[in-house]
Amino acid sequence: MSTLTQQDVKRIAELARLELTTDELDLFTRQLGGILTYVEQINALDTTGVVPTSHVLNRPVDRPDVPEPSLSREDLLANAPDAAREAGLFKVPRVIG
Amino acid sequence: MTARQLTQQIRRGDTSAVAVCEAHLDRIKTLEPAVSAFNTVTAERALARARSLDALQQAGAPLGPLHGVPVALKDNMCTAGVPTTASSKILRGFVPPYNATVATRLEAAGAVIVGKTNLDEFAMGSSTENSALGPTRNPWDLDRTPGGSSGGSAAAVAAGMVPLALGSDTGGSIRQPAALCGIVGLKPTYGRVSRYGLMAFASSLDQIGPLTHTVEDAALMLAAIGGHDGHDATSSSEQLPDLLAALTGEVTGLRIGVPRAFLGDGVDPAILAAFNAALATLAARGATLVDIELPHAGYGIPVYYLIATAEASSNLARYDGVRYGHRTAIEKDDTLRTMYERSRDEGFGAEVKRRIMLGTYVLSAGYYDAYYLKAQQVRTLLRQDFERVFATVDVVATPTTPTPAFKLGEKTSDPIQMYLNDIFTVSANLTGLPAISVPCGFSAGRLPIGLQFTGRSFDEVTLLRVADAYQRDTAFHTESPTAAEALMNRPASQP
Repeated sequence: MSTLTQQDVKRIAELARLELTTDELDLFTRQLGGILTYVEQINALDTTGVVPTSHVLNRPVDRPDVPEPSLSREDLLANAPDAAREAGLFKVPRVIG
Repeated sequence: MTARQLTQQIRRGDTSAVAVCEAHLDRIKTLEPAVSAFNTVTAERALARARSLDALQQAGAPLGPLHGVPVALKDNMCTAGVPTTASSKILRGFVPPYNATVATRLEAAGAVIVGKTNLDEFAMGSSTENSALGPTRNPWDLDRTPGGSSGGSAAAVAAGMVPLALGSDTGGSIRQPAALCGIVGLKPTYGRVSRYGLMAFASSLDQIGPLTHTVEDAALMLAAIGGHDGHDATSSSEQLPDLLAALTGEVTGLRIGVPRAFLGDGVDPAILAAFNAALATLAARGATLVDIELPHAGYGIPVYYLIATAEASSNLARYDGVRYGHRTAIEKDDTLRTMYERSRDEGFGAEVKRRIMLGTYVLSAGYYDAYYLKAQQVRTLLRQDFERVFATVDVVATPTTPTPAFKLGEKTSDPIQMYLNDIFTVSANLTGLPAISVPCGFSAGRLPIGLQFTGRSFDEVTLLRVADAYQRDTAFHTESPTAAEALMNRPASQP
């Protein structure tokens, strides 16, 4: 039985870089607790020594390291919310005072 | 009319790519206000493209297998120069500078892209209600959902707005809406279709596939989009066999596994009745029914929600308001971190936040082993279930969904009830196996019911053969959706 507190949810939101409203915090504390309790049914299974599956394809995906053309800087800046297009840079709030 | 018939008519000169395109755009215009299947309709582009295809034909140039066929793409697949939003506020106005491989391949095969379809935000949902652009409605009953997350693509095909559409399937998002809308939905083997240009949700589970009326069209579409792509490291180099040639109608001696114990609780009696009737149809055609056990299939939903959310929390970290998408209004003294947090809170909808939060939690220090690692181990047990079963059967049959289409708003307040829709579909994603849903009947309220087959890895040939054989003996896939037909037949004078 999961016992997720509002403090836990706040901490998760910080890790996930989400600024939740008070309403969202209440709702998610209740719902995430319910979902965790539901998924905990897998604890009934003995998985001692079972190799985890992270991916169904376990093949090498190497390829020769040959440079190929990629998208232009102009194309990539076209969708930026804020950019110094001439300089070819994305702009963000000041990081160092 | 099927895509195959349409392209044959265009080739014969009975009609033209432009005429076909116009007819479908007209139908979209009439039905779209009620159905809301599309986020973007690219009418001008589509007509220009149809004109160039007609010109190619007149010049005697070689024509592709989908020559002149209108198609729609789920709006989480990038289309160069055409907005691609994943039905999320965080990507409003985003115009990709490149095409997804599937878009490039469809066009190379002669298809005409007519628009981008609605979905649950970032493909997270089973009803298309988690869309920042509003829900899509089921063409059989406008008060009900088309399923999801590829609900826009499924509704568009069901309503005859396009003969073919692409969806993406992470836990059932092609097959479940196909079942609820009375059409065919195919999730190919993981790695069969390139994911390049598909907005990632859960990368070890996501796969693109066709939504169509017939299995033959699904084969035609998979042949056009499948095969290795150097732009996707998980794309398989396994050769794509001749899929159309596989559709022989021959199922004599084919062994169909039925996991009876897995079909118990919570399955609507109408669904079970239609499922049993479908099995009888296949047996009459010569297939052998075999009782099988999938002891871990019942754990599919919890395993799925642990793995999918973990992967999603990582994949969706890229939406930070820096390079594209929504950025919050910056106020004086706002830090970079505030910008990230507020942009993400404003841009993502509730279900996406819920999943990012769950995924972040199960990957966090102290909880990783108990949740994520445990889920990965149960994923192995589930894969072993199927490996064992496929030693004695050729395909596994189940219903696609436990219930027919539900009402809008019916399940939105209870995430777990919504998740349980995917009970029969998540296994194919967790195991990577190919699976298809075909129409197999109707409920008393005339809502479609879907039959699902799951096949061996990279054995789409057998999967498509059995599904096509079933369609040869049944006519459920030829029925027209009630609500959409009523709209088409409405006198012009009515509003």
